[in-house]
Amino acid sequence: MSLSPTAGLKHSGSLFSLALDVLRTLPRRPFQLREFIQQSWFIASVTILPTALVSIPFGAVIALQIGSLTRQLGAQSFSGAASVLAVLREASPIVTALLIAGAGGSAICADLGARKIREEIDAMEVLGIDPIHRLVVPRVLGSMAVAVLLNGLVSVVGVAGGYFFNVVMQNGTPGAYLASFTTLAQLPDLYWAELKALLFGAIAAIVASYKGLNAKGGPKGVGDAVNQSVVITFMLLFVTNFVMTAVYFQLVPQRG
Amino acid sequence: MGVEICVEGLTKSFGHQVIWQDVSLTLPAGEISVMLGPSGTGKSVFLKTLVGLLKPDRGSIAIAGKDITRLREHDLYEVRKLFGVLFQDGALFGSMDLYDNIAFPLREHTRKSESEIKRIVLEKMDLVGLIGAEGKLPGEISGGMRKRAGLARALVLDPEIILFDEPDSGLDPVRVAYLNQLIVDLNAQIDATFLIVTHDIASARQVPDNIGLLFRRELVMFGPREDLLTSEEPVVRQFLNGRMQGPIGMAEEKDAAQVKQELAELHAGNHRGPKGGKGAGGGKIPRLLPSPGITRPPRWEEIAEQEEKMQRLRKLRAAVGPDGGVTGA
Repeated sequence: MSLSPTAGLKHSGSLFSLALDVLRTLPRRPFQLREFIQQSWFIASVTILPTALVSIPFGAVIALQIGSLTRQLGAQSFSGAASVLAVLREASPIVTALLIAGAGGSAICADLGARKIREEIDAMEVLGIDPIHRLVVPRVLGSMAVAVLLNGLVSVVGVAGGYFFNVVMQNGTPGAYLASFTTLAQLPDLYWAELKALLFGAIAAIVASYKGLNAKGGPKGVGDAVNQSVVITFMLLFVTNFVMTAVYFQLVPQRG
Repeated sequence: MGVEICVEGLTKSFGHQVIWQDVSLTLPAGEISVMLGPSGTGKSVFLKTLVGLLKPDRGSIAIAGKDITRLREHDLYEVRKLFGVLFQDGALFGSMDLYDNIAFPLREHTRKSESEIKRIVLEKMDLVGLIGAEGKLPGEISGGMRKRAGLARALVLDPEIILFDEPDSGLDPVRVAYLNQLIVDLNAQIDATFLIVTHDIASARQVPDNIGLLFRRELVMFGPREDLLTSEEPVVRQFLNGRMQGPIGMAEEKDAAQVKQELAELHAGNHRGPKGGKGAGGGKIPRLLPSPGITRPPRWEEIAEQEEKMQRLRKLRAAVGPDGGVTGA
């Protein structure tokens, strides 16, 4: 591998051109419904359980932190509000991003990478079938759909975990906890979180597909591609998350 | 009728490494051509460039009047429907069984009914001797079977151009013989343009109309089979004879002085070292003809006639000794 200063730019350029190709190929008929359903199911099956298991402790940690803080300030009635706000706005998009990139993206990248080095992708192109239309677009759409649903799952499980720890472990008041839900959080929080998840799903799938389709050098090349795809996706998702949060505060008036 | 492929001044390099440069040749429509070359001379790269998987640095490839190096992606996919390509390892889709693999191009590109697809798929599977293996996954079968399945898939859309990437590698001699016969039979039946990339000289000597040789980043020679088999060009002779003496070395090239000395040895009739691997040998051998059951188009009638003449000539020469005297009398 050559270490020229333009190499990095070249990769970012190719990644963007793949993203544009996906956009351009999106409306092309026939839509690969079967592949879309299969892939959505596949991505869901590798992410649902880990997501649920990660979001319980995540909600619990937030509840514990906020619980002790609010007790010191004497604002226990607000612990539910703060906990919901944290889970809905930040925790659920972050957990979704981690799982979509770590579990979904790596699976997509490994699958496409293995196909690439076995010359399956070349064979497909020679048979006159565009792999972006046939393979990448259904995966990107599947990953977006699953990310949106996962975000909902994380929100519910996280809030439930928070409730359990606050009420059962820290002897909070159930009524106060539930009643304060809407004092800080509002519906646009949820909408924006879902929008974030949608974008995260797209980014994760596009990066994974890009790395997979450009894998070379045998089985080790596939391993490297998966590794790079997860690292790159993480970085991109965290930056995107920051930018979208900043934009949200400018766009939507806050409560309280 | 097959399609002519006209390659003009083609050059390809990866980074600073030139793979081959200034390759110009014409694959005549409906004929079988073989591309030979030592390992690592970019034969597979040449094949991938022909189907537009790799973009050349310079030059043009004209197929059916279109320069595929300058086509837009969408038009390229249209031109590719003319092609059937057999990849080195078959390149089957690992997640589908053999039947679905072979039916895949039909399902994607045609509106044929499932029963019609079944008829075509089973016909092609019969052709390559894979009846009974429809339900197997590519991971469960041998390399030879994968190759034959790949061939069946390449044939299923009735292509005008068929490219073979080392059809003989990983196959036993008997299967290679069957495959060669299959290639000739197919050519007589469907009249497509064939290009076989290989280093199996036995096949190269029997099967094609034309032979080309890639060596040292160049196309050394491309022409009718007879011309190459009787060529005096040192590289061509060394490769076709599978000798150690000559310009081709273990690491691609030898130094000039050594080559000069070895060529002088050869000229003096001093052959040494092992030779004749992969069916190599000197002189002309009879051409492989389509199986008896197959109706031969005019082109093959002509070839068969010529072969018969050659055969008679050879018998005559055998009867008449090399010094002109009648032997055995």
